[in-house]
Amino acid sequence: MIRDITLGQYYPAKSVIHRMDPRVKIIGTFIYIVSLFIVNNLIGYLLAALFLVFAISLSKVPVKFMLKGMKSIAVLLLFATVFNIFLTPGEIIWSWWKLSISKEGLLTASQMAVRLAFLVIGSSIMTLTTTPNNLTDAIESVLKPLKVIKVPVHEIAMMMSIALRFIPILLEETDKIMKAQLARGADFESGNIFKRAKNMVPILVPLFISAFRRANDLSMAMEARCYRGGDGRTKMKPLKYQKADALAYLVLVAYLAGCILLRIFGQYVI
Amino acid sequence: MSLILDHVNYTYDTSTSMSHDALRDINLNIKDGEFIGLIGHTGSGKSTLVQTMNGLLKPTGGNIYYDGADINDSDYDRRALRGKVGLVFQYPEHQLFEETVFKDVCFGPKNLGLTEKEINLRSFDALEKVHLEHEYFYQSPFDLSGGQKRRVAIAGVLAMKPKVLILDEPTAGLDPKGRDEILGLISKIHEETNMTVILVSHSMEDVANYVDRIIVMNKGEVFMDGTPKEVFTHPDELEKIGLAVPEVTYIVRELKERGLNVDTTVTTLQEAKETILKALEGR
Amino acid sequence: MTKDIIKTQKLTFDYIRRDEEGNVEGITTAVNDVTLNIAEGDFIAILGHNGSGKSTLAKHMNAILYPTEGTILVDGKDTSDENNLWDIRQTAGMVFQNPDNQIIGTVVEEDVGFGPENLGIPTNEIWERVAESLKAVNMYEFRTKSPNKLSGGQKQRVSIAGVLAMHPKCIILDEPTAMLDPKGRSEVIRAIRALNDVEKITIILITHNMEETIYADNIFVMDQGKVALSGTPREVFSRVEELKRLRLDVPQVTLLAHELKKAGLPLPAGILTKEELICHLS
Repeated sequence: MIRDITLGQYYPAKSVIHRMDPRVKIIGTFIYIVSLFIVNNLIGYLLAALFLVFAISLSKVPVKFMLKGMKSIAVLLLFATVFNIFLTPGEIIWSWWKLSISKEGLLTASQMAVRLAFLVIGSSIMTLTTTPNNLTDAIESVLKPLKVIKVPVHEIAMMMSIALRFIPILLEETDKIMKAQLARGADFESGNIFKRAKNMVPILVPLFISAFRRANDLSMAMEARCYRGGDGRTKMKPLKYQKADALAYLVLVAYLAGCILLRIFGQYVI
Repeated sequence: MSLILDHVNYTYDTSTSMSHDALRDINLNIKDGEFIGLIGHTGSGKSTLVQTMNGLLKPTGGNIYYDGADINDSDYDRRALRGKVGLVFQYPEHQLFEETVFKDVCFGPKNLGLTEKEINLRSFDALEKVHLEHEYFYQSPFDLSGGQKRRVAIAGVLAMKPKVLILDEPTAGLDPKGRDEILGLISKIHEETNMTVILVSHSMEDVANYVDRIIVMNKGEVFMDGTPKEVFTHPDELEKIGLAVPEVTYIVRELKERGLNVDTTVTTLQEAKETILKALEGR
Repeated sequence: MTKDIIKTQKLTFDYIRRDEEGNVEGITTAVNDVTLNIAEGDFIAILGHNGSGKSTLAKHMNAILYPTEGTILVDGKDTSDENNLWDIRQTAGMVFQNPDNQIIGTVVEEDVGFGPENLGIPTNEIWERVAESLKAVNMYEFRTKSPNKLSGGQKQRVSIAGVLAMHPKCIILDEPTAMLDPKGRSEVIRAIRALNDVEKITIILITHNMEETIYADNIFVMDQGKVALSGTPREVFSRVEELKRLRLDVPQVTLLAHELKKAGLPLPAGILTKEELICHLS
C-alpha cells in the first residue's frame, strides 16, 4: 500500500554499523565519496572495493538490498557509460560507421561506472543502517559549524523531520483525493501529456490546500507546546560518541590515507 | 436496476506477507429505491465495500453486477458506472478545487460528456437540492462554512444524477446542527427521487431514524442484514462486536425486565415514549 | 478556598476580515463579553455548535489569541503580557481537533518528548516524563511505534501525553473527539477523566457532544460568542427546551425523560443516565 513507503529505506538489523553514531556514518560516507575521486589506478579501486565489501559485511544488510539502490540509477549509469565510451577522443581501437571507441573512452567510461556504482552502494549503506530521525539529528550536528555563517541548521533539520512525518500522510491523502475525483468521473489515464497535466488540477489543488491547512495546524500545535526555535532546547536522544566510533574514525582516516598514498605512489607499486 | 454482490472478496497486498482480508464472501442484493444503513467499526470493511460497488476497487474474488452486467468485465464502461453509482467520500469537502461553487459542481456532469446546457441544469438542480442559497453559487467554495462545503461536495455527486447514491460517513466531524441538516437532506432526496441510498455510518442512532434496512459489517463480513427492528432485537450480539443499539432500546428492554409491559422492539424516541406511557397507564 | 486557574473579565475577541487589498471588510465578534472563572482541579466542559465562539475562547487560554477587549488571567498571569507567554503555554497545555496535524515526532516517544525538549528539561528527566505520561494515557506499549500506524483515538492520547509531559496544571482540549469513531471517543474521554481524577489536572473540554459532558463539574454553553447557559450538568440538562433551541444534541435518555415528564409523569428534571431513568420509572 502507498502508506508503507518508507523514506530512506531503513533496514532494521543489529550490527556494528547500525549501532554506530550516525555522525560517523555521514562523515564516513563523505570520506568514501572523496576517496573515490582520489583513487586513479587499479590498486586504488581494489582498495575502495575491499573497503565497501568490508562495510557491507559488517552491516548485515543483505546484498540484495544494496543492489536495489542501483536499479534507480541504472539508466543514468548506462547513459554515462555509453556517452563516455563513444564521445571521448583519443587512440581509436574500434570503429564502425560514425561510431568509434577510443582507448581513453573505454578507460574513463569504466572508471566513471565504477565510481558511480560504488558511490550509490556506499551511501545506501548509510541510509539502510540509519533511521531517518537519526540521520536528521546527525545532519543537524554535523552542520552545526555553519551556524556561524547564519545557516539555519536547526530549522533545516526540523523541516526534514517534519517532512518525514508528513510525506506518508500526504501520499495517503493523494490516493484518497484521486479516488474521490475518479468517483466524479475524472479521467487521469487518457490524452496526451498536456491534457494529462491539466487533468491533474483536481488533485493538486485540494492537495495543496490540505498541505497548507496541515502546516497551519502544526505550527499552532508546536507553538502551543512551547516551541521557539533551537535555542535553549535540550535533546531527548542526544548523540553520544562511543569507543567504537573513535575506532571507526581511525579506520576511515587510515583508509583515506591509503587512497592518497596509492595515488601518489601507485605507479611504483604496479 | 439492482446492484448484486456475489461472493465478493477483497484482499489488500495479495502478494506480500502483509496481506489481510478486508472483505470476505459478501453476498448482497441491493434493490431499487432502498434506503440502507451500512454500519460497522473502523476497519470492518465498510469503506472498502462501497469502493468496490462503483468499480474503484476491483474485488480479488467474486462478481458485482449492476443492472445485470458484471462491472469488472474488461469491456464494461466503469467511468459511466461512476455516474450511475455515485460515491461521496468521507470529508468530501477536501476534494473541492474550482474557483466557484457552481464550477466545482459542474465537474462531475462535465466528465460524463453532457451538453453545456444539461451540465448547467443539473448542477443548478443539485445545488438547489442541497439547499445552498443562490448567493453562494458564484463564490469560492473555500470561503464557505464547513457544513456548506460538505453540501456543495454532495451536490457535486448528485449532479451526475446517480441511480444509487453512496455516502461514506457524511456527518463525520459535523456538529449536531450540521449533522441533522445533512441527514434530513439525504432523506428528503431519497423520498423525492426514489434514489437508492446507502448511508455508511458507525452510529446506530443516526441511522435508525432514517433507513429501512441495516447491514452490519464486522471483520470484513456481513454480520447482520435486516430492518432496524430486526437488527436491534439482538443487542447482545451487537455489543459483542462493539456496537450498540439506540439508547431508548436499552431503556425499554431494561424496563421490561423489571416487569413493565413495554414493547421492546422500539428504536426511536417517539415510539419509546408511547410504549412507556401506555404500559404505565395499564398498571 | 480553591484558586481560580482561569479568570476572564469581559473578554471580547473580534475577527477582522480583510479583502485582497487589505481593507477592512467586516468585523465578526467571535467572543462577546465573557466573564467566567474556572477553579483549579475542576473538570469543565464548554459546549456549543460550530461558530458559537467556543474554540476562539479556548485559544485565548493558551495565549494563541489575545483579547481585543477585556482580560484573561491564566494561573494569575495576564496573557497579554508577552513575558508571561511561555509560562502560560506550559501551565495550560492544549490538545487540538485533528489527530494528524499535531503530532510532530515520527516515533511516539519522540513526539511526547517534544514539549519537554522545548522547555530545556535535562535528558534523563525527559525520559522519565515521557514514560510516565504515556503510562497515564495507556499508550506506553506503543512508545516505539510510528504515529501513522495508530488509530485516531490512540493518536489523540499520544497528543494528550505530549501535553502532559510538560507538567501543566490545566489541559484545554479543543474538540478532541470530533474526528474520531465511537471507540476512539470513549478512549479519549476515559483518559481525560482519569487525568482529572488521579492527577488532579484541571480539564477544559470543548465539545459539541453533550454526552461527553455528563461527568463535568461545570458546563458552560456558548452561543453567538456569549455564555448562554452554565451550571452543573444536572442544572444544564434540565433545560431541554433551551438546549434544543441552541441546536445542541441532548442525550436520548434526557430527552426521553423530558418527553415523559411533559406527558405528565412525575420525574425529576435533568436526568443524565439510563440507570436513573429506569430507577424512577419502575
